[in-house]
Amino acid sequence: MNKTWNNKAWFMVLPVLLLVAFSAVIPLMTVVNYSVQDTFGNNQFFWNGVGWFSDVMASDRFWQALGRNLLFSVIILSIEIPLGILIALNMPKKGLGVPVCLVLMALPLLIPWNVVGTIWQVFGRVDIGLLGHALVSLGISYNYVNNIFDAWMTLIIMDVWHWTSLVVLLCYAGLVSIPEAYYQAAKIDGASRWAVFRYIQLPKMKRVLLIAFLLRFMDSFMIYTEPFVVTGGGPGNSTTFLSIDLVKMAIGQFDLGPAAAMSIIYFLIILLLSWIFYTVMTSSDEQA
Amino acid sequence: MARITLDHIRHAYGEKPKSEADYSLKEVHHEWNDGGAYALLGPSGCGKTTLLNIISGLLQPSEGRILFDGKDVTHLSTQQRNIAQVFQFPVIYDTMTVYDNLAFPLRNRGVAEPEVDRRVREILEMIDLASWAKKKARGLTADQKQKISLGRGLVRNDVNAILFDEPLTVIDPHMKWQLRSQLKKLHRQFGFTMVYVTHDQTEALTFADKVVVMYDGQIVQIGTPAELFEKPKHTFVGYFIGSPGMNVLPAAIDGSSVNVGGQTLTLDYRPAVAAGARTELGIRAEFISLSRDGMPVSISKVEDIGRQKIVRAEFAGKPIAIVVPEDGEIPAEPRVIFDPAAINIYADSWRVGREG
Repeated sequence: MNKTWNNKAWFMVLPVLLLVAFSAVIPLMTVVNYSVQDTFGNNQFFWNGVGWFSDVMASDRFWQALGRNLLFSVIILSIEIPLGILIALNMPKKGLGVPVCLVLMALPLLIPWNVVGTIWQVFGRVDIGLLGHALVSLGISYNYVNNIFDAWMTLIIMDVWHWTSLVVLLCYAGLVSIPEAYYQAAKIDGASRWAVFRYIQLPKMKRVLLIAFLLRFMDSFMIYTEPFVVTGGGPGNSTTFLSIDLVKMAIGQFDLGPAAAMSIIYFLIILLLSWIFYTVMTSSDEQA
Repeated sequence: MARITLDHIRHAYGEKPKSEADYSLKEVHHEWNDGGAYALLGPSGCGKTTLLNIISGLLQPSEGRILFDGKDVTHLSTQQRNIAQVFQFPVIYDTMTVYDNLAFPLRNRGVAEPEVDRRVREILEMIDLASWAKKKARGLTADQKQKISLGRGLVRNDVNAILFDEPLTVIDPHMKWQLRSQLKKLHRQFGFTMVYVTHDQTEALTFADKVVVMYDGQIVQIGTPAELFEKPKHTFVGYFIGSPGMNVLPAAIDGSSVNVGGQTLTLDYRPAVAAGARTELGIRAEFISLSRDGMPVSISKVEDIGRQKIVRAEFAGKPIAIVVPEDGEIPAEPRVIFDPAAINIYADSWRVGREG
């Protein structure tokens, strides 16, 4: 059969191209534009080359915020992924328990992010918050406003509460797709509970886990709203993540040039890390 | 290896079965002899798989007991029963190599590695996958995967029984034949008790010494292939075994004479038929001969299937099938004769013998 090539078909893509241009490319180019220029007001811009980039890369402030971000992501991933798998494995597979569990799991995901922040901000307050006041009444020293460790704990527990459900739901979807025959065969083969997990459940969950991992990594690396509401980046700069720092710089100090350069670096880091994770985690597929 | 006794087993999937119809398995009471090769034959949904899963312990029967060599195992787990089972669709462990897949059941039971290696190589040879041993199992075709499933079922040599649940469904016909003969050979060599579930009569008849025919949740007949063919205990067995199935015609019994379609035949015995029972006459197409005298029929179709012809005809308003040799002639005014020795009489679908 002969295929006819008709290059006019490319025009069909044009509407999407325009849409993407307005929604993503043009805003992104504005940022690129700011990142290579300097201004003294009056809408007059001067070429500044890679000046802002080298400034950002040389600043301790940037590296510290990046460090905090990485630490936060590592901690919440190492809690949420195993915990999510554990909960998914123990969720009922049939009966009334299924809808009950699914709804309970979905609830935290439905709450707007700044509301999550507000809930925990109030919950943890030592004067009126249930958690904060209870802890203090029990004689445990706790105050997320002035203690760095407490501030981090609060943010981590909040993120685990908010997002473990996502991992659970994805893993659960992977688990219920395993045909009953696999479990029956495993029983016949005398497989232990661990072997069933290792050789049947984990391989079948691999793809959804990869998605959960990437989503949670990107989201936690870009976290802004919740810590902004709960700690505002404090005490000191101890919970100032890249996004919070970026907003401070761009809107607080109105340093558009450095902020734009930082945005681009930030974006490239997320892109690079996600690509690395994806490549590493899918490479074992191809070896087979 | 063991003798397996099913002691009045009944099973219902729903809780609290109320009527007989709620049971998927209605009272099975049977003994599988040690080292026997059995085929469990029946249409889809007749309870074959249920029965198999009860034997292997994947399912707990609602009522009744299971004994291995006289020892009650009803409440033992699948693992404790030490049974191998092969399922209809391939189950493989994707992330393992072919070799590790086959070694899995042995390693789980703590068999020493040299012995594992010896057994696995033997099985690899048998299922013809030796060159694939080091490959990951996920890249294989459906029938290769099923061969691995089969191999995992055969790799342990100390099992009480091996159960096969339509294991060759996904395998192509040529390979089917080969694997079936392999299984038979294995059976002769090691004397495992084997139960082979199928809905394919050829498969059942070639594999097994004894065929167990199930219908609607119960065992309707257990017998050698010849018994099933010549003396079907239930009209269902008559239909199900043989191609074409047995002709079953409504008949009135009076002493030793049978009235069918206005014609009277005389038997050399008096079937013991209870009063009021629905009586039928069953005769296989192979035992009806077409001739110039006898009972009149009208022929509707002749199917030439190679070595013989199947004549579809109408006798007393009922369709019947007649097998005619390839060179047999079909008379212009056809009449048929039933071989009296091949006539079976059924009362309410169950065969009535000369005895009693």
